[in-house]
Amino acid sequence: MASLTETPLTEPAARPRRRRHRSAAAAVWWLMLPAAALYIFAVIIPSVQGGAYSLTDWDGVSTDSQFVGLRQYVLIFTDPYGQTAVKNTVLITVVVTIVQNLLGFFIALGVNARIKSRNILRVLFFAPVVITSIAIGFLWQNLFAPNGAINQVLELVGLGALRQDWLGNADLVVWSIMIVIIWQNVGYSMVIFLAGLQGVPEEVLEAAAIDGAGPVRRTWHVVRPMLAPAITINVMLSVIGGFKIFDQVFTMTKGGPGGASNTISTLIYQNAFQLGRFGYGAALGVVLTVFVAVASVIQYRLLSKQEG
Amino acid sequence: MYRYTWRTAILEAVMILTALIFLFPIYVLFSLAFKAPGDPSSLIAPPAQPTFANFIDAWNQGGLGGGLVNSFIVTSITVVLVVIISAAAAYPLSRAGARWSNVAYFGFLAGLLLPAQLGLLPLYQTIRDLGLLGSLAGVILVNVGGSMPFSILLYAGFLRALPTEFEEAAAIDGASPFRTFWSVVFPLMRPITGTLAVLTAVATWNDFLTPLLYLSGSDQQTITVAVYGFVGQFGAQWNLIFAGIVISILPILITYFLMQRSIIQGFAGGLKG
Repeated sequence: MASLTETPLTEPAARPRRRRHRSAAAAVWWLMLPAAALYIFAVIIPSVQGGAYSLTDWDGVSTDSQFVGLRQYVLIFTDPYGQTAVKNTVLITVVVTIVQNLLGFFIALGVNARIKSRNILRVLFFAPVVITSIAIGFLWQNLFAPNGAINQVLELVGLGALRQDWLGNADLVVWSIMIVIIWQNVGYSMVIFLAGLQGVPEEVLEAAAIDGAGPVRRTWHVVRPMLAPAITINVMLSVIGGFKIFDQVFTMTKGGPGGASNTISTLIYQNAFQLGRFGYGAALGVVLTVFVAVASVIQYRLLSKQEG
Repeated sequence: MYRYTWRTAILEAVMILTALIFLFPIYVLFSLAFKAPGDPSSLIAPPAQPTFANFIDAWNQGGLGGGLVNSFIVTSITVVLVVIISAAAAYPLSRAGARWSNVAYFGFLAGLLLPAQLGLLPLYQTIRDLGLLGSLAGVILVNVGGSMPFSILLYAGFLRALPTEFEEAAAIDGASPFRTFWSVVFPLMRPITGTLAVLTAVATWNDFLTPLLYLSGSDQQTITVAVYGFVGQFGAQWNLIFAGIVISILPILITYFLMQRSIIQGFAGGLKG
């Protein structure tokens, strides 16, 4: 086939050829039907229904339900459970995004250097990413127990005064959960940054060094701008992942103590599948959608500005 | 230019120390799993007398074997269906160049903005009404449908960067449009197919919420739901629980260490699309 396109005979026919090729793809338009059917079935219809339920007080079982307008939305932002869940979701997303990406960046710099152990270190730092979140949730639930490994290590190194009831203290629990999320996903950020770093030519770094730029200034002024796409991708991944966080919270605390560690996703699960408050759960789903959509639009804007 | 200097050595030491601290939770996981319940050593010390008893008990009591088999079935069928269905859709969507294909493409992309949580309850009821609760087919249906926006985005991004010469040549050679897609375009998309397969396989194997909703209470469970039930069943017997958790993560860890290069590449490469 390659030799055919190289023969001069076909050269002048470029335009008609393109049209024929286009119609080839258009002729098999039906190839998209299975995808469209599944997508409409599993995403579009349920989402529209979810939006509609959010305006009702349906309990998920009875045959009749009342239209209540925006009452469920008002409830979310006025009752303490809803407020805590929204606050936690935003807090987790912001803190995890910043800390995970900073740590991931520094680890990436470390394992991008000419150290002998860099290959094995990359594999080890990335390993938690492929482990299921619920195994990690249960593992850390044990580590964080009042007599668990974390407190014992603190005792061992003479920091016994820092012992905490990591998951039982309502003021602390969200931060403990963030540690777990960051621990699990920092390897993902590292890998994206590594891919970006491989695009920074060594000559650029050398030139910066010869110009007398120290390692810190070199990193900030030379490397960071070249990593802009990696930063955008990383931030996007951690923001959207943060908004949807469910598994780790559900396994470690079930949203407790007393709802102190609920996120929007755990509150949706509780209300919809345990408390029979379908309308309220659906409204939470819409709130989450708005968060994700706003974050995506901002990201998209930043990305286009960067590239354009 | 780069030599192994004392600075490099210090960096190496710092990175290895960081990695050791980072891996401490994994060490505790394996250490506890190998300890007999009455092991006299402290929680953070290695087992005094390592034993496989927890693993044997966990395997015999936990229903983990069935969970692994079900997870394998769900993951492999999901990956195959996602790859074929989204590759097929991406071809006309990104190559037809017509108004309808652009509209449909953005219709699929809109799904990226819709978190699964929004349609969670209505979809659950639909699956229930279809009699698919407690069946692996229900989970697969939900998985495949939900992953269409992302996988079509990946394929379409790849196709847009792929030169059209091969397809044109195939058309000139008289290949039917379907044949062009199946024998020419689909094989050319192999790099992105690999990426998508890795991402889909890891996500499906580790997924918890979907199988929890659609399979809990039935005898068909995936490994994540089985582990969840296992922990509930054995309360505070952490040695047993950790052995169960090790069993549940072992298949993916082994796969990861065998295929680390392509798996890490899959994660890093899927995002440029």
